Amino acid sequence: MSEILLKIKDLIVEFPTRRGLLRAVDKVSFEISKGEVLGIVGESGAGKSLTGAAIIGLLEPPGRIGGGEIIFDGQRIDNLSDEQMRPLRGKRIAMIFQDPLTSLNPLYRIGEQLVETIQTHLSMDNKQARIRAIELLDEVGIPAPETRIDAYPHQFSGGMRQRVVIALALAGEPDLIIADEPTTALDVSVQAQIISLLKNLCKERGTAIMLITHDMGVIAETADRMAVMYSGQIAEIGKTYDLIRNPKHPYSVGLMGSIPAIKGDVKRLVQIPGSMPRLNNIPKGCSFNPRCEKVFEPCYIKRSPLIDVGNSSVACWLYDEEYKGAKKK
Amino acid sequence: MLAFAIRRMFQSIIVLLVVGLVAFSMFNFVGDPVDSMLGQERTDADVERVRIQLGLDQPFPVQYYKFLQGAVKGNFGISYRQGRPVSQIIAERLPATLELAFVSAVLAIIFGVALGIFTAIRRNGWAANTIMSLSLIGVSLPTFLIGILLIYIFAVELGWLSSFGRGDVVDLGWWRTGFLTKSGLLAIILPAITLGLYQMTLIMRIVRAEMLEVLRTDYIKFARARGLSKRAVNFGHALKNTMVPVITVTGMQIGSIIAFAIITETVFQWPGVGLLFINAIRFVDIPIMAAYLMLISVMFVSINLIVDLLYFAIDPRLRLDKTKG
Ligand SMILES: Nc1ncnc2c1ncn2[C@@H]1O[C@H](COP(=O)(O)OP(=O)(O)OP(=O)(O)O)[C@@H](O)[C@H]1O
Ligand code: SF4
Ligand SMILES: [Mg+2]
Repeated sequence: MSEILLKIKDLIVEFPTRRGLLRAVDKVSFEISKGEVLGIVGESGAGKSLTGAAIIGLLEPPGRIGGGEIIFDGQRIDNLSDEQMRPLRGKRIAMIFQDPLTSLNPLYRIGEQLVETIQTHLSMDNKQARIRAIELLDEVGIPAPETRIDAYPHQFSGGMRQRVVIALALAGEPDLIIADEPTTALDVSVQAQIISLLKNLCKERGTAIMLITHDMGVIAETADRMAVMYSGQIAEIGKTYDLIRNPKHPYSVGLMGSIPAIKGDVKRLVQIPGSMPRLNNIPKGCSFNPRCEKVFEPCYIKRSPLIDVGNSSVACWLYDEEYKGAKKK
Repeated sequence: MLAFAIRRMFQSIIVLLVVGLVAFSMFNFVGDPVDSMLGQERTDADVERVRIQLGLDQPFPVQYYKFLQGAVKGNFGISYRQGRPVSQIIAERLPATLELAFVSAVLAIIFGVALGIFTAIRRNGWAANTIMSLSLIGVSLPTFLIGILLIYIFAVELGWLSSFGRGDVVDLGWWRTGFLTKSGLLAIILPAITLGLYQMTLIMRIVRAEMLEVLRTDYIKFARARGLSKRAVNFGHALKNTMVPVITVTGMQIGSIIAFAIITETVFQWPGVGLLFINAIRFVDIPIMAAYLMLISVMFVSINLIVDLLYFAIDPRLRLDKTKG
């Protein structure tokens, strides 16, 4: 239906260590269309942040891309050097981090940080850039932006700072924003505002969002499609509605079950027993097999590829034609 | 901020009063000034006359009060050995020490900060690693050894630079400078390096450590994610944050450059207040020793005060706390 903006194919992120390579992201593939919101969920350590960092080319050494391809707007970007990647950052792909309290340089006025960013990407003189900065602050809902532009970060509350961060991310008019848990560090009362602000601003501009979060509520309200990650892999990816209503991968089923039902009786608050395997101890076959209720023979032998089931894709042998019958009998 | 400045001033004054007490106590507890002034052949009347002349007949608190009164006006009495006012002797010697300390501090700061940044940005390069290993030598060798080593290489073996005194000097009013003659400039190189080397390596290591710390912060990551140039990230965003803690250490180091000048001045026979102090100790010339102590502590305290005020200039979080809204 729509044009593909970002395409990731078999992305591997690895850390060389004394005891060999640790694979933190293991052959992840997905696509994001222009203007689309893709939610990414998964337990802590599933590799969500690393996937985001790999896309924008900001993996911290010794972490590195160990394989696969990242294609952005038709151009392969995973093999670009830091200098080649720089013009894309902020201008085509922006990133928002978890903690607005530490994302802004404490020693510079927010206006200085905005003007600097605007001038890096758009050819504007100081005056034009300042006017643009005030517009941006206005758009992200900072009251009295003409005066607040000269304030320092510590003079803003957490929620206001995250608005400034969003303004900074939008300053270069990017096509994709990678938002890594943009509300986790905020007061519950402002989380929803910030998310809807981000969503609306991106919708107006046709900016796509890769939204990393632990909050299923946020995903349900915001994301067009979502991906569930588990131990560096995608367990299931599909339309948000389908995935929440009708999760297919046993891990997704557990994950959806662990959202407390808000309406009606709190019928089940399922916790998936066990925890995610450590990187140096990933089981053979399906990495979810120690925790899976439905585990059967092939799960111990080989990892399942993503299998199309309805509108979703699921990495689980249960949906493989060959085993479907076998399991039933 | 004003309240802070006043509080710090008040603390500084207390520090100076305590140092003053120590300096003053020397008059009473170290040697006998009358002895050293009059020598062997003297009458009781002579002794009495000198005691009254020096104010030694009065009670301790009165003497201390008079000492302070004089000190505030820069009057530390008469040198026992030279028989001239101490303030005059110090004023003659001070420019030499200040010029030496100034050149050392400038060298230490420029090279310390530059090498610190370099070794942080290129943290795994061979050049950075070499500099870091060499800097260990700078930290661990004692000053006098560095001085003697430099003298041996550049003055004795190569004969490029002088190892003794200030060279030719020019009088600018009461300020006698070595900056205006070639021999004066050549003469200051070795002692300045000797005096500043330790401080330079220290500043370098602190800048490096701070810079590495700052480069790991979220706001640097975010600055890079916005596509800012390496230059803007390293020098605009990282360096300024590095400077906040570095300033304290640097300030303290400048204070100690002046204090440690004693050793360098002795090694190079540099005619500054440090050498004056060493000679004063030898002859128990207590007014000079006391004046030197006071002078050094005033410098230390003022430098600290300036450093604290610099914080306000650099870090808006301190400056604007009250206008939060
Ligand atoms: N420098 C490193 N060396 C080795 N392993 C690392 C390193 N950095 C990260 N990892 C591992 O990579 C894995 C994935 O990390 P990542 O930050 O992407 O997780 P995440 O899904 O974002 O989790 P969270 O929800 O906690 O943010 C983790 O298991 C982590 O231990
Ligand atoms: S592949 Fe097997 S172990 Fe893995 S999720 Fe499916 S059923 Fe469970
Ligand atoms: Mg993360």
